[in-house]
Amino acid sequence: MALARTERPRRPGPLSTAMTFGWRGMLKIKHVPEQLIDVTITPVLFLLMFTYLFGGALAGSTSEYLQYLLPGILVQSVLFTCVYSGVALNTDVTKGVVDRFRSLPIWRPAPLVGAVLGDSLRYALAATVVVVLGLVMGYGPDGGAGGVLAAMVLVVVFAFGLSWVFTTLGLLLRSPSAMMNAGFMSLFPLIFLSNVFVDPSTLPGWLEAFVDVNPISHLVTVTRGLMGGDATPGDILLVLAEAAALTVVFAPLTVRLYRGRG
Amino acid sequence: MTSTLAIEASGLVKSFGATRAVDGVDLNVARGTVYGVLGPNGAGKTTTIRMLATLLRPDAGSARVLGRDIVTQADEVRGLVSLTGQLASVDDDLTGRENLILLGRLLGYRGKQARGRADDLLYAFALDDAADRLVKSYSGGMRRRLDIAASIVVTPELMFLDEPTTGLDPRSRNQVWDIVRALVAEGTTVLLCTQYLDEADQLAERIAVIDRGTVIAEGTPGRLKASVGQGALHVRLLDPQQRDEAARVLSRVLEAETQLQADVAALSVPVSDTGRASEAVAELAGAGVALAGFSLAQPSLDEVFLALTGHPAEEEDDQ
Repeated sequence: MALARTERPRRPGPLSTAMTFGWRGMLKIKHVPEQLIDVTITPVLFLLMFTYLFGGALAGSTSEYLQYLLPGILVQSVLFTCVYSGVALNTDVTKGVVDRFRSLPIWRPAPLVGAVLGDSLRYALAATVVVVLGLVMGYGPDGGAGGVLAAMVLVVVFAFGLSWVFTTLGLLLRSPSAMMNAGFMSLFPLIFLSNVFVDPSTLPGWLEAFVDVNPISHLVTVTRGLMGGDATPGDILLVLAEAAALTVVFAPLTVRLYRGRG
Repeated sequence: MTSTLAIEASGLVKSFGATRAVDGVDLNVARGTVYGVLGPNGAGKTTTIRMLATLLRPDAGSARVLGRDIVTQADEVRGLVSLTGQLASVDDDLTGRENLILLGRLLGYRGKQARGRADDLLYAFALDDAADRLVKSYSGGMRRRLDIAASIVVTPELMFLDEPTTGLDPRSRNQVWDIVRALVAEGTTVLLCTQYLDEADQLAERIAVIDRGTVIAEGTPGRLKASVGQGALHVRLLDPQQRDEAARVLSRVLEAETQLQADVAALSVPVSDTGRASEAVAELAGAGVALAGFSLAQPSLDEVFLALTGHPAEEEDDQ
């Protein structure tokens, strides 16, 4: 066996290492498309069910309600996909793959940064599915194609920030299924107690107060604004600031947990 | 750094909560050899390896791997070693080829080089037919081979192998052993953790026996086994009625106490000199005792443990 290959290639830089991990994430989308379908199917069902079942009652007509609901479902679908960032990391930990990466002479946060970058593609795919379905159902974006695109980008940016919360959880919890449960159990109430489905002004005061401070409501407001052509710069900045805050707090926390593991 | 030692560890300590998993381990491993670390589950083998591979920071003590300090020069150490952990740490959702290309790229090979190196390794490890299948469909032996291939994409100077054959069938086990021998022939030093005495015996030039976080014996496999005796002669009789007679003969010839087994037709005697064992079997025939079978077995890890520590290996099982 001519196995030995002792001459070492030049060490790749941090960026190229992270890109390699991003490539790994993309291969996983290719090999395990079920995962993407799993997380997309719930929002798609919600979109169909709420529009055709409750739309008339909630907004007078289904087409009227679709205009209101679609941006919210876009947010829901992408945020659900975020949970999988944590699940994937937890799987790597429980399967021992993380040990291999940690024993390599590479920029240490590269596996995390790369995975989250690769996941961003997943988010974009989930967003596209919802938008296309909405258009087929008759959704008309007053903000035009540019508005829709801007909304998708903003949602993906926010998801990038939020996914660090789930990677942190992914390193703290014991199994991928525990991670999945924790992720959905925390996201579901936050999504329902937001302005995704109904206008908060119809809610009791105490609940409306909560909905108004829920960052998911902020994100939905901006998404709706961008797609409808009436977003305000202040709202956009608020969402970007929230995404940045999530990243600033949870990305270093994830990296620290990742390093100190074991 | 011209030290002839690949690993010099002294007084390594690591605790998890109240458990002292590693409690003062000293190791000296010469370059270019296979060094076995033998012990039952929970003895502290894996924790020791994880410290030496820079995945865990020791609470106390120090170690130099290939002349570099594992704490202050951890990054340099990572550039020279590779770890094949207890769980075959390959990515189930990727193909075998993609796993190797991934590692190649992370180590700095460009697209074509990474692909070429992956092809070479897949061929050398007899995985070329399965190269484009997802790893989740691989057998245990194939996973383990891929895992080892992934560890030598750039051939390390020192390789940590943590229980590489646990759970493998005998054929896969032999394949892994052949791979380890080939790597050592090409100059790699291997630190091998194992629960199997015969594995350490097959591969290692020196062995450290580890128990409850400390090294309780160290030496060549020959010396270690000599300290426990050469093993035991196991005999099964055709007629259980003759067991007392057989026990008398065996005890006389081998000058040791014969143990009666739960099986009413079976006996075993410790043997210090293998030559005497055949003599004992001949004497049994001479005395008219009919045998269903007999075998001469090496001491098991259990026996080594019993001899060295006075308690059986299983007792330590935790996690």
